[in-house]
Amino acid sequence: MAFSFSIYDFTSFTQWIDKSLYAAMPPFWALIVEMVIIGIVFLGFYALLGLFLVYAERKICAFMQCRVGPNRVGPFGFIQTIADLIKLLLKELIFIKNADKILFNVAPFIVIIVSFLAIAAIPFAKGLHAMDFNIGVFYIMAVSSMGVIGVLLAGWSSNNKYSLIGAMRSGAQIVSYELSVGLSLITIVVLAGSMQLSTIVEGQRDLWFIFKGHIPAIIAFIVFLIASTAETNRGPFDLAEAESELTAGFHTEYSGIRFAFFFLAEYMNMFLVASIAATVFWGGWMPLHINGFTGFNHVMDFIPPIFWFFGKSFFIMWIMMWFKWTFPRLRIDQLLTLEWKYLLPINLVNVLLMALIVLMGWHF
Amino acid sequence: MELTGNQLMFIIFSGVIVLFSILTVTTRRILRAATYLLFVLISTAGIYFMLNFQFLAAIQLTLYAGGIVVLIIFSILLTSHISQKFEPVGWKKMILSALASIAGMIVCITTILNYKFSANAAIAQEINMDVIGKSLLSYEHNGYVLPFEVISVLLLAAMISAIVIAKKGKTQQEK
Repeated sequence: MAFSFSIYDFTSFTQWIDKSLYAAMPPFWALIVEMVIIGIVFLGFYALLGLFLVYAERKICAFMQCRVGPNRVGPFGFIQTIADLIKLLLKELIFIKNADKILFNVAPFIVIIVSFLAIAAIPFAKGLHAMDFNIGVFYIMAVSSMGVIGVLLAGWSSNNKYSLIGAMRSGAQIVSYELSVGLSLITIVVLAGSMQLSTIVEGQRDLWFIFKGHIPAIIAFIVFLIASTAETNRGPFDLAEAESELTAGFHTEYSGIRFAFFFLAEYMNMFLVASIAATVFWGGWMPLHINGFTGFNHVMDFIPPIFWFFGKSFFIMWIMMWFKWTFPRLRIDQLLTLEWKYLLPINLVNVLLMALIVLMGWHF
Repeated sequence: MELTGNQLMFIIFSGVIVLFSILTVTTRRILRAATYLLFVLISTAGIYFMLNFQFLAAIQLTLYAGGIVVLIIFSILLTSHISQKFEPVGWKKMILSALASIAGMIVCITTILNYKFSANAAIAQEINMDVIGKSLLSYEHNGYVLPFEVISVLLLAAMISAIVIAKKGKTQQEK
C-alpha cells in the first residue's frame, strides 16, 4: 500500500502503518510494535498537552484576576511550565515514615493509568482513534469510575488527617456526581441510538446533537458540564484539596514527580471530559454541517477535523477554567444537595423527555 | 507450540489473578487487601476484553472495580486507622485452611480436567449493545424482562431499607 497522508482523513495513513508493519514482521510482533507506538504517541501527547494546559490555566487565571501571569521565561512566559517540569523532576521524593508505603506509591499511578485508559477511546479525528469499542461511552464511564480509588488510597495511606478528610470528601463527591455524568451521556445515547463513539460522531454529520436534540440536549450538556467539573475535582468543587482548609487535601504528603502525577492527572481528566463533551454533544471532529446548506457545509469542510476537535475541546476547557476562577468553593453539604436534590431529578426527567422526543420524532 | 499473543495475555492476566488473590487473603493490612482485590477484579475484566465480550468487561469495571471496591475502601476509611493490623494467624488455623483450600482446588481441577471441552464452531463476534438492550427488555422467547424486573424490585427494596435504617438512627439521636 502506498504512503498517503491527508490532514482531512487519517484512515489511509494509519492503515498504511498497519499494513507495512504486518508485512515486515510476524503478526505477534507487529501487534506489539503497534501497541508500543500508540503508547509512545499517547505519552508524548500527555506531556505536551499537560505543559500547555498548565500554562493556559495560569494565563487565564491571571487574565481573570487582572494580572499578567507568567511572563519572564521565554516569550510571554511560554517556557515557564517546562522550567516547572524540570523543577518537579529534580525535587526530592519524601518518604513518610508512618505511611503505608505500598499504597502510597501505587496511588498516583492508579490515578494516571485510569486517565490513560479512558483517553484511548476518544476519536481525535477521522481515522485517529486508538480503540473503537462498541460500548465506547459506557467504556469511558466504566474506566473513569476507578479514578477515585487512587484518590482514596492516597488520602488514607499518607497517614495525615488533612489527607484523609480530603479523600473522604472527594470520594463522596465523585461517587455521587458519576450518576449525573452517566445519565446526561445516556440522554444523548438515546438520541444517537448507539454507544459507539465513531457512530455517535458519524450521526452528527447533518447537525450536532446539541442542536438536534434541542431542549433536553442543552439541559443534558449543562448538567454534564457541572457534574464533570465536579468529577475532575476542579474548582468550584475542589473540596478534596481545598487549600485554605486542608493544606492540599489528599496529596498533601506527596512531593516531586508523584505530586506531578496527581497534577497532570487533574489536567488530563479535564481534557478527557472536555473531549467527551465535544464528541458527544458538539460533534467531535465533525465540522458544523447544516442540512440543506450545501455551500456552507463545503466551507466548513475546509477546516481539518482535528482542528474542529481540539477547538471544541479547548473551548469547553476554557469554560471550566472560567468556572474555577469565578465561582467560590461550595461547602460539602451544598455540593451533595446540588447533586442529589437538583441535578439527579432533573437528569431523570430529562432522559424521559429525550425518549419522548425521539419516539415522537420531534428532533431535527 | 508457539506462543500466540492471546495465550501470552491470558497467562499474564491469570498470573496476576492468582498472585493477587493469594495476597488478598494473606496480607495483614485491610486496605491493602482491598487494593489487591481491585487488581484481581481488573484482571478479570481484562480476560473479558480478551474474549471480545466488552460489555461484560465494562460491567465488571463499573460494578466491581468502580462500585463495590470503592464502597469497601470507603467503609475502611471510615472505620479503621492506618496503624491497625490483623493478628498473625495461628499455625493450627493456617494448616487447616490450607488443607481446605487445597481440597477445594483438587475438586475444581479434577472436574475441569475430566470435562471434555469441545471447540465451538461458531465465529467469535462482538456482542452488540443493541442486542443486549433489546433482549433484556424482551418478553418473547429468550427474553430477560422477568429477571430484569425482579432484580429492579429487589434493588428498590434495598434502597428503601437503606433509607429507613439511615433515618431511624437520626430520630433516636434527637430524643
